[in-house]
Amino acid sequence: MPKHVIDPNQWIKLYSDYLFNYTITRVNDREIAQDLVQDTFVAGLKSMKNFKGEASERTWLISILKRKIIDHYRKINSNKGKAEVRMTYNSDENEGDWLEERVADPFDKTAEDTIENTELGIAIHDCIGKLPEKQAQVFKMKTILNYETEAICNELQITASNLWVIIHRARTAMAACMEKNWF
Amino acid sequence: MSRIKLNCHEANHICDKNQYKEANFWDKVVLTIHLIYCRACRKYSSRNAKLTTLVKNSKVETMDLSAKEELNVAFQKELAKHQ
Repeated sequence: MPKHVIDPNQWIKLYSDYLFNYTITRVNDREIAQDLVQDTFVAGLKSMKNFKGEASERTWLISILKRKIIDHYRKINSNKGKAEVRMTYNSDENEGDWLEERVADPFDKTAEDTIENTELGIAIHDCIGKLPEKQAQVFKMKTILNYETEAICNELQITASNLWVIIHRARTAMAACMEKNWF
Repeated sequence: MSRIKLNCHEANHICDKNQYKEANFWDKVVLTIHLIYCRACRKYSSRNAKLTTLVKNSKVETMDLSAKEELNVAFQKELAKHQ
């Protein structure tokens, strides 16, 4: 098996969005997710010499990130104070007395839905990773960040028709890739 | 654009625009007419729509450009210490 090599110069470009997506499905806060991703990269730098090349760089970074996420939850848990009072207002006898209890919660997703979403997100990121850099960048800005066409054109110094050609190529490749990997 | 008949290239372009709700009413009309007789574009349209739903359903996230830039600056600073 060929050894994986480590090259931190490429980290931001290759993995930041992937790690970010991974984090945000777990902490639900953009700011915190960004901080955690940054911590992960810094920690990765510090322990670069421990990288044995058995796993890919991405897997290795994810394993660091997992620790960071756990640490984050530990920290907010200890901030809360030791005496936590749990109050449940539905005891056995009067279950569902409160109106909120009786209404079906549209946000209460089942576990399968959440798992499927997470996996789908990963599949999408894998496919984006296979696109040429420019296409990936434009596709992300347009489709995921929902930027206006004009804003993207200004940012990247391209014309609108240029942008649509890039989008078209990206979408064709993405559709083919997702068809292969997801369905 | 006031022609009724599109070529496939134009049809795909409208279809792409439509994924981002940027196609106007006339665009949609001529696209629909084109799809009636063009099998290849029907296929492209359905795949394209499927991709849009997938991306929407996944709630996939990426970093804002500004946030990424910030991250990059901070990281480069760290990186300099290690080289």
